[in-house]
Amino acid sequence: MVKEPILEMKHITKIYPGVIALDDVSLEFYRGEIHAIVGENGAGKSTFIKTITGAVTATKGDILFEKKQLPGGCPEVALNAGISAIYQEFNLFPYLSVAENIFFGRYLKKGAFIDYKEMNRRTKEILDQLGVPIDPNTQVKNLSVGYQQIVEIAKAISRDVKLLIMDEPSAPLTDNEIKHLFKIVQNIREQGVAVIYISHRLEEIFEICDKVSVFRDGKYITTKNVSDTDIDDLVFIMVNRTIEEQFPARNVTKKETVLEVKDLCTDVVHNIHFELHKGEILGFAGLVGAGRTEVVRALYGADKKKRGDIYLNGRKVTIDSPGDAVKMGIGLIPEDRKGQGVLLGMSLQKNITYANMKRVAKYGLISERQDQEISEKYIRSLQTKTSGTKQIVKNLSGGNQQKVVLTKWLYTECDILIFDEPTRGIDIGAKQEIYQLMNRLVEQDKAIIMITSEMPELLGMADRIVVMHEGKITGILNREEATQERIMALSSNIMGSNAHGGNLI
Amino acid sequence: MKRKKFDWSKYGIFFAWIILVAGFTVCESSFLTINNILNILRQVSIVGISAVGMTFIILSGGMDLSIGSVIGVSAVLAALLSSSGLHPVLAALVSLMTGAVIGAFNGVLINEVGIAPMISGLGLMTALRGVAYIIANGQPVYGIPDSFKILGQGYFLGIPIPVIIMGIIFFCGWVVANKTVFGRCVYGIGGNTEATRLSGIRVKRIKYQIYILNGVLSALAGVILMSRTNSGQPKAGDGYEMDVITACVLGGISTSGGEGNFLSVIVGVVMMGTLTNGMVLMNVQEFYQWVVKGAVLILAVAIDVLAKRTRKSVRAA
Repeated sequence: MVKEPILEMKHITKIYPGVIALDDVSLEFYRGEIHAIVGENGAGKSTFIKTITGAVTATKGDILFEKKQLPGGCPEVALNAGISAIYQEFNLFPYLSVAENIFFGRYLKKGAFIDYKEMNRRTKEILDQLGVPIDPNTQVKNLSVGYQQIVEIAKAISRDVKLLIMDEPSAPLTDNEIKHLFKIVQNIREQGVAVIYISHRLEEIFEICDKVSVFRDGKYITTKNVSDTDIDDLVFIMVNRTIEEQFPARNVTKKETVLEVKDLCTDVVHNIHFELHKGEILGFAGLVGAGRTEVVRALYGADKKKRGDIYLNGRKVTIDSPGDAVKMGIGLIPEDRKGQGVLLGMSLQKNITYANMKRVAKYGLISERQDQEISEKYIRSLQTKTSGTKQIVKNLSGGNQQKVVLTKWLYTECDILIFDEPTRGIDIGAKQEIYQLMNRLVEQDKAIIMITSEMPELLGMADRIVVMHEGKITGILNREEATQERIMALSSNIMGSNAHGGNLI
Repeated sequence: MKRKKFDWSKYGIFFAWIILVAGFTVCESSFLTINNILNILRQVSIVGISAVGMTFIILSGGMDLSIGSVIGVSAVLAALLSSSGLHPVLAALVSLMTGAVIGAFNGVLINEVGIAPMISGLGLMTALRGVAYIIANGQPVYGIPDSFKILGQGYFLGIPIPVIIMGIIFFCGWVVANKTVFGRCVYGIGGNTEATRLSGIRVKRIKYQIYILNGVLSALAGVILMSRTNSGQPKAGDGYEMDVITACVLGGISTSGGEGNFLSVIVGVVMMGTLTNGMVLMNVQEFYQWVVKGAVLILAVAIDVLAKRTRKSVRAA
């Protein structure tokens, strides 16, 4: 019997302003199959599944579910048709019981009242079927993360699911919980449900999946049977692309160390050692959640450190707050531009001098004239597009907002600048300008730490690359030894393949 | 100075006030006289002085419900000390210091313990009112030396001294809010605390300063109130926190912080005083006055919210 696809995605394209998130993707899914989707951060996996669940409306393309057209952008229709999704962050009500969570929004009723008895009975049935001993009356907040995930799955099953999408389901789980999860997923497959499985952990795919599809830069690349491929092959397909000649060359000579971090530990990251030299861009690579942002935030004093020493120009220093860091000539351009970078409701002028108001003030009184002159100067030199220094930052484009954050730090004349995802969500033109600016800064002997999830940016800009995996540094690569495959392997912590790390720590 | 298109909605409260004044003038001939204007200003001076501190608090995204009780404590304290022979200046200073300490303590609760400002203020409001009654022994304190009266009852060039003090404090407050590093930090904390912290600004330190400033100003209001009534009333300032907050909100200070024009707070304060005064002159019963005051607050905010909404939709279109 020829299998018929339960879900057909035809020529799905999703365009955001300035970005093509999905580019003409066509893919089919079958009953009783676990189908993995892999790709780097930003490859388009999340957008793809969101078009299936209706959370995102595709710009172009058709979705056929059981031969019927699904209207895009209607989560309810998708849900009622039998499509359920489980995300890394759970959508559970912590203070409601397991049964209440599973039947939320469609409580079983007896007359005007909720029929708890029947709800608990049906919940018990589903949980038994999954082989987990949870009491339907337990409050969800009292369950372990693993069990909470199972409640999510139970919720999906109770809706008579035909297609189950799992986005990084194993990320928050312990090894034992993952094993249990796999059993359950296989069990669901036996019942003829189609499963779409997204994971950064490639080993898992070989353990439970039947097929694997690779996405890269918003494009669908290929689909393989898991039995016909291996990890090295997958990594190669995932990262294989040419780096455009968009990164201007720089002469790098090794200079003295300006910053040294020794044995830095927080709740999330462990035993972080690295050095930063003058005139250097030190890249931080790793998957989302590897702890890169946490390292720089702890270094910067924004988060609590458990222990660890920081040496600035060979001298040991204490950085307990961002105030300390700024005083010592360190600046941070945070990942969350709107939430942490700019003051959206304030003018450009006020934002630009915000980290160094002392320089335009005498006895605490700000000189309006100086304040404005300085802002005008920087706006001109960075070519920030604005109607003037009094314009409210909220009304600027993302790229120009980022320039405002950058200007703020340029004006402090700090020696060390930390860029956390500096070009996220900004258009190509502004990206180039930011790269050029970074190059100018290192030419002036400033040191830069750059966290980025964009491989070309990392390889094009960084002189050395620190790779992290689950809170630990798995390798530090020099520019010459850094390849996409190596970085990918180190950030997935796959050892022993052809991808030996650089100086393993 | 080039000026862009005049933003009417920004000055809405000001025009509302003009209309109010015009209305009262028509209805009551004794309303628009120099004497009555000075009278209004003197009546609002206590609330006005506290409103300066409260403006900073609300601009930083905070709230302080304890100010009415701080007024009570400082009034009783200044009365007790001065009636027992301490020099009025020293008595006043001790009261202001006490206000500072209370503000600092509130800062500890908010910064270090992490209690929501609304709750810490609520607790302090109740506890400090108790303190005022305890130190006053449940009775109003009398026997204030005559030299203390000048603060609340004196005139300078024909203007009541409390009005002059309010004027000075408003001017200083305006300078601090608009022209200083501290003022920008206050707006910044209210607008985006995390961005402010990551810009290297010591947010906790600024918050302490704001709450201490507020404590001192409330204590000053208490001392002036004591001098005006010539007695240390333990119930002094009861409910003032609501008048002060109302004045700030009428003045367009956003309760979510980071937004608001300092000068319009003056209008808010005067608006409240004008309403009360006008209604008294027109023999409106007190109960009806409350209804009108509440209605004005809701109306003012409603107009503001609606104006913002239409402006937004115009921009979006």
